[in-house]
Amino acid sequence: MSAIRVTNECLKIIMPDSETVVTSKRLSAVASVEKIESGKGNPGRIRQMAGDAIKWLLPPALGLALFIGIWALVAQTTPTLPGPMKTWASAVELFSDPFYQKGPNDQGIGWNILASLHRVAIGFGMAAAIGIPLGFMIGRFKFLNAMTAPIISLLRPVSPLAWLPIGLLVFKAANPAAIWVIFISAIWPMIINTAVGVNRIPQDYMNVAKVLNLSEWKIFTKILFPAVLPYMITGIRLSIGVAWLVIVAAEMLTGGVGIGFWVWDEWNNLNVEHIIIAIFIVGIVGLLLEQMLVLLAKRFSYE
Amino acid sequence: MEKYVQVENVQMTFDTKKGPFVALRDINLNIAQGEFITLIGHSGCGKSTLLNLVAGLTVPSTGAMLCAGREIAGPGPERGVVFQNHSLLPWLTCFENVHLAVERVFARTENSAAMKKRTQEALALVGLTHAEHKYPHEISGGMKQRVGIARALSMQPKVLLMDEPFGALDALTRAHLQDELMKIAAETQSTVIMVTHDVDEAVLLSDRIVMMTNGPAATIGEILAVNLPRPRERLALANNPKYHEYRGAVLDFLYRRQLRPAA
Repeated sequence: MSAIRVTNECLKIIMPDSETVVTSKRLSAVASVEKIESGKGNPGRIRQMAGDAIKWLLPPALGLALFIGIWALVAQTTPTLPGPMKTWASAVELFSDPFYQKGPNDQGIGWNILASLHRVAIGFGMAAAIGIPLGFMIGRFKFLNAMTAPIISLLRPVSPLAWLPIGLLVFKAANPAAIWVIFISAIWPMIINTAVGVNRIPQDYMNVAKVLNLSEWKIFTKILFPAVLPYMITGIRLSIGVAWLVIVAAEMLTGGVGIGFWVWDEWNNLNVEHIIIAIFIVGIVGLLLEQMLVLLAKRFSYE
Repeated sequence: MEKYVQVENVQMTFDTKKGPFVALRDINLNIAQGEFITLIGHSGCGKSTLLNLVAGLTVPSTGAMLCAGREIAGPGPERGVVFQNHSLLPWLTCFENVHLAVERVFARTENSAAMKKRTQEALALVGLTHAEHKYPHEISGGMKQRVGIARALSMQPKVLLMDEPFGALDALTRAHLQDELMKIAAETQSTVIMVTHDVDEAVLLSDRIVMMTNGPAATIGEILAVNLPRPRERLALANNPKYHEYRGAVLDFLYRRQLRPAA
């Protein structure tokens, strides 16, 4: 009994204190909730977001600024190289009318870019149509792999432009020859990556296929294809990169309409601003193509 | 005893760079319908190899293997396999993973509505109706393993083969799935062959424990019949002297008679 009485007394003594503690805690909790809620649209929150943006943007912006600065400095000392301002002015003028047509050798920059993309699309498309199925077969059948391995290792390191004369000889025209060069240089990464993907399929999945006794068609649609897809997309990415690299050089040699030809034409006109602009265009288009495929790859990556 | 699965004088030799490697020799094992068998032994003793032989994933070098009176010539739907690492296809939902198996076995005889029902029933059996449309990476390891079990059961196999199905799970999840497996095996009257390295698991689940000697050239060292009444309760067994006797016998085999230097 006495023990109880003591605790009761203790409680009485403690209660007011603990109550005040609780209420003060509650108050502070309420206060902090208010703080968080009022944080929306609050200068503090905006300031933080702005800070994040600066942190994220600052290094690349600084890099670009440095690059343009060095370019301007170099341009100051070499009179033939146009500086950033001059190039920018020229670019504004150029892009104000990208789709004019004044005869076969003088067309707007937009037409040139589209012509190059068109060639890349055809050459790359044919390379994909042949390279990807071939990669699957090489990966699936050891015999075919052994059969094609020496040819692939022999032909893959050949510089793309070395194929141009063969193209000109066989097709007897510049345009198909350029497409041929794209095709032959874009096909290797797709064959090799697809074949590697097929080889790297975890044995577990193939065991599942065996245990479930799946048909070849089911194995292909439910196991092979989805498992290889990420590798395939990597191959496609590399191929697109190569194709876009090669098109400029190929067009320089073959002429016609296209960004590579345009560069050569502007070199003959000694319009160096336009050459620099072309370099930027090639870079930006290449970057966009790459990013498109990175997005595609993300869509098809599991886990 | 009715011989449902028969393994007779099986020897398994693998060709390696250093020459032939005898993994298993003189394996003789008869399993009755509805029996729960576990294979236990130290790692490298060829227990998974034996299971793969029954599954038909590998072909024995010599000897004969029969299932329900027919020779085992390759994998077949009458032998459902649950893999150690679940082996679900990550690009298919749980439903689609199970459906792939159902389709293979019943597409000729049943319409799509019946197959859908079968798939759902298999998932319900392992308590995963709610996760039907989730992808494997969205569910826990224990749930993945349950989908693997559902996939194997959905084919209505005569024999369920399990290769350390709970090896990668934490102790609590493992205990839970063991209880569920016992229930499912009793409900479906399945014949089960399970590879394990867990002594408690073996005693809890088995009708007979097949203890294997160390490799290379491993063979069956001893077969222990576990005469504990079913249904078995994990907690009640903890105080059952016979349970500890069996447990002691397996431990004795593994750690006294087959002790191997730390590998």
